Amino acid sequence: MPIQILMPALSPTMTEGKLAKWAKNEGDKIASGDVLCEIETDKATMEVEAVDEGTLGRILVKDGTENVAVNSPIALLLTEGEDASALDAITESPVKVDKEPAMSPGAAPASTPAPKELPAAAAPPVEEYSGPTAKMTVREALRDAMAEEMRRDSEVILLGEEVAQYQGAYKVSQGLLDEFGDKRVIDTPITEMGFAGLGVGAAMAGMKPIVEFMTFNFAMQAIDQIINSAAKTLYMAGGKMGASIVFRGPNGAASRVAAQHSQCYASWYAHCPGLKVVSPWSGTDAKGLMKAAIRDPNPVIMLENELLYGQHFEVPTDPEFVIPIGRAKIERPGKDVTITAFSRMVGVALEAAKALEADGIDAEVINLRSLRPLDVEAIVGSVKKTNRIVSVEEGWPLAGIGSEIAALMMEHAFDWLDAPVTRVCGADVPMPYAANLEKLALPQPEGIVEAAKSVCYR
Amino acid sequence: MPAEAAAKGGSEAKTQPEGKPDAQELLKLYRQMLLIRRFEEKAGQLYGMGLIAGFCHLYIGQEAVVTGLHACATDKDSVITTYRDHGHMLATGMDPKGIMAELTGRIGGYSRGKGGSMHMFSVEKRFYGGHGIVGASVPLGTGLAFAHKYRGDGGLNFCYFGDGAANQGQVYEAFNMASLWKLPIIYVIENNRYAMGTSLQRASATTELFRRGEAFGIPGVAVDGMDVQAVKKAGAEVTAHVRAGNGPYVMEMNTYRYRGHSMSDPAKYRSKEEVASYRKEHDPIDGLRAFMEKNGIGDEASFKDIDREIKEIVNQAAEFAQSSPEPDPSELWTDVLIEA
Repeated sequence: MPIQILMPALSPTMTEGKLAKWAKNEGDKIASGDVLCEIETDKATMEVEAVDEGTLGRILVKDGTENVAVNSPIALLLTEGEDASALDAITESPVKVDKEPAMSPGAAPASTPAPKELPAAAAPPVEEYSGPTAKMTVREALRDAMAEEMRRDSEVILLGEEVAQYQGAYKVSQGLLDEFGDKRVIDTPITEMGFAGLGVGAAMAGMKPIVEFMTFNFAMQAIDQIINSAAKTLYMAGGKMGASIVFRGPNGAASRVAAQHSQCYASWYAHCPGLKVVSPWSGTDAKGLMKAAIRDPNPVIMLENELLYGQHFEVPTDPEFVIPIGRAKIERPGKDVTITAFSRMVGVALEAAKALEADGIDAEVINLRSLRPLDVEAIVGSVKKTNRIVSVEEGWPLAGIGSEIAALMMEHAFDWLDAPVTRVCGADVPMPYAANLEKLALPQPEGIVEAAKSVCYR
Repeated sequence: MPAEAAAKGGSEAKTQPEGKPDAQELLKLYRQMLLIRRFEEKAGQLYGMGLIAGFCHLYIGQEAVVTGLHACATDKDSVITTYRDHGHMLATGMDPKGIMAELTGRIGGYSRGKGGSMHMFSVEKRFYGGHGIVGASVPLGTGLAFAHKYRGDGGLNFCYFGDGAANQGQVYEAFNMASLWKLPIIYVIENNRYAMGTSLQRASATTELFRRGEAFGIPGVAVDGMDVQAVKKAGAEVTAHVRAGNGPYVMEMNTYRYRGHSMSDPAKYRSKEEVASYRKEHDPIDGLRAFMEKNGIGDEASFKDIDREIKEIVNQAAEFAQSSPEPDPSELWTDVLIEA
C-alpha cells in the first residue's frame, strides 16, 4: 500500500495552512529527510521533510492550494516494489488521527476546586519528649543536629560560604571541619547559583548535601536551581529521580542591615509544590527539624533566624530525637484567641500572650514549625476552641503566610469564627535602616496585643 | 594532544584514521547515528500530526557529537544535557519506546507523561536529564562530577550544552568550582551556531568557545562535530586526561542543526544555501557511510539491513507512543514528594 503523506501542523494550534510549493515532482525518488514541499501559515513558512523513502507517486494537493486541513493527505508515496497501479487502490479519505486518546473512566475535570476536606496531617502527632536535655544555644543545636546526621550517614556533606575554615559566618558550623574534614565540610566560592546547582546535582546522584546560604537574601541568586532543578525534578521524572537536599540559613530581618539583607522568604518557598519548608523557633525546633530535614528524601528549605542563634533553650540530646515535618506545636495553650507564628515571631507572640493575661485574655500560641506542609488540622482544632485567630509573621502581607491561613480558615473553620481572621505582618515597605523605622516595620508585642484584643472585641 | 590543539589556536581535530579502521566499531557508530536521525524524523512527523505538542527540539544534524563522545564512555559515567536531549537519551541506551511515549505524553513514557520532550531521566542509564532552563544543567552536571569524585567511583560526567548556554553566568561559576576541586567533568559545548535565532557572532564577544575555560585553567579543544570519527578520537584523548585526575576539560563541538530551534521555528535567520551546504557536504551520516564504502566496510545489502532494522525500532516506538494510554487523572497528584 502506498504511504499517505499528510498535511503537517507547524504548531499545536494550527488547523490549516497553504501548500505553497512542491520541491519534488511525481516520479521523483524520495529519501528520508528530503524536503518535499513548503507550507505556509499566517505566522511562518516551513519545509516539510520526508520521513519514509520511496517514489513520489501522486501529488494530491497542488502548489498554491489554500486552507489545506492538517492531517489531510497531500501526496502518495510508493514504497519499494510498488508501481503506479497501487495508487488507484487508495481512497482519498482523510486518515483519522487519534489525537485525543480516550480518557480513563472517572476522569477529573481539568480544574479541581479547592478541597473542602481538611487535608490529612503530613505526620503523626509529636510525642512529648521525656529524654535527656541540655541547655544550649540555637546555634549549637543546629550544629549538633548536623554533626549527628553526618556521623550517621557518610553521604551527608555541608557546603557553603565560610562553613569550614571560618567555622560559619554565624558560627553555626563550629567544629564540623575538625571532626569531618574538608572532604565533607566544604568552603565554596561566593557563587550561590553555582554551588546550589552543584548541590542539587550531587543530590541527583544520591548524595545528601546541606547547602548553607550565608543568608536567604543571597539565595535569590540561586532560586532557579532551588525551584526548577530541585523542587520540580521528581514530578518531571514521574517519580524516577529526585533530590534529597537541605537549603538552610538565616531568614528574615537581622538587626540594622537594611532592605537587601532583611527579608522573609517564607511565602516564596511555601508557595512551591515539591519543596518542604520548615522554620524553627526554639533550640528543640532547630535540632529536631534540622535532623528531619536531612533525613527527608525531598528538598527541604530550613528558614532560620540570626537573632535566635544566640538564644538559650533546653534541647534534647538523644541522637534519635527528630521532629516530624508538617506538625505544629502549641507553645502556650489558651481558650480565648489563637495566635499563629513561626521562627522569631513565636517568641514575640508569647510575649504578647503574657501581656494579654493582664487584660484577662487567655491566648493560645501555635508555633507552626512547618510552613509546607502546613498543619491545618492543628490550626483549625485551635480555632474551633477559641473561635478567633491572629496570624503573625515578619513577611509582607500580600500573598503571605497569613493570607493563606485566612483562606484556610474560610474553607475549614468558617462556622466556628466569631471574628474576622486578622493578620499582623511586616510593614509593606523595604526594610529601613534607621533604628526607629526598623522597629516600626516589624511586628511588635504591642501590635499583636492590639490585634488579639480587637478580635475579642475588647 | 587536545591541549596542544587549543594552544595553537584550536585547529580542529580531524579524522586521521590510524591503521585499519575497525569495521564493527564504525558500523556501530553508523547505526547509532541513524537511529537518532530516524527517531527525530519520526518525532517531527508525529508533531506535524498533532500527537506531540509543546516544545520539541530535534537533534538532526548533530548526531555525530553524542554518538562519537558516548562511544568513549564507561558504565560508570553520567550524562546531563539541556532540552535538545533525545539523541543523548538514545546514545545512553534508553528505550526509544519510552522516549517517544513521553513525547506523546503517555503513561508509558519515561516520566509517565509528566515531563515531556525536555524532562526525562534514567538513573539506570546514568542519564540525569533533560533540563529546560538554559545553563542550569551545567552546575548540576558539576554536582554529578562532585559525586563521582566524592565516591571515588572512577566515573566522569559528560555535561552537554549549547553555544547559547555558554554565555550564562552560572556556567562560569561551575567552571570555577570544577577546576578548583579538579572534578571529573567534560563540558561539551555543542556549537550549532545559533542560539535559537541569534547567531554566535551576534551573541558572543569571543567566539572560540573551546577557550571559555582558560580563565579557570581549564584546557579546551575544538572538534569537527560533523565527523563522528574525529569526535571519538578527540573524546578518547580528553576522557583519558580527565580520568587521570587532571580536572575538567572543555570540548567545543562545531556542528549544525538542520531543523529549526524547535518545531515551531521557521528558521528565517539563516539562508537555505547555508543549511543545504551542511547537509550536502558535512552530513555526519553520509560522511561516515562514504568513508566506510571507500574502505570496503559494509555493502549495499548490509546498509539496507541496518536501515530496515532502525526503521522497525522507530516504527515500534511510534506505535507504542500512540497506543500507550494517557496517564490516569490520579497521576496529577503523585510524584510531587517522596513519601518518607
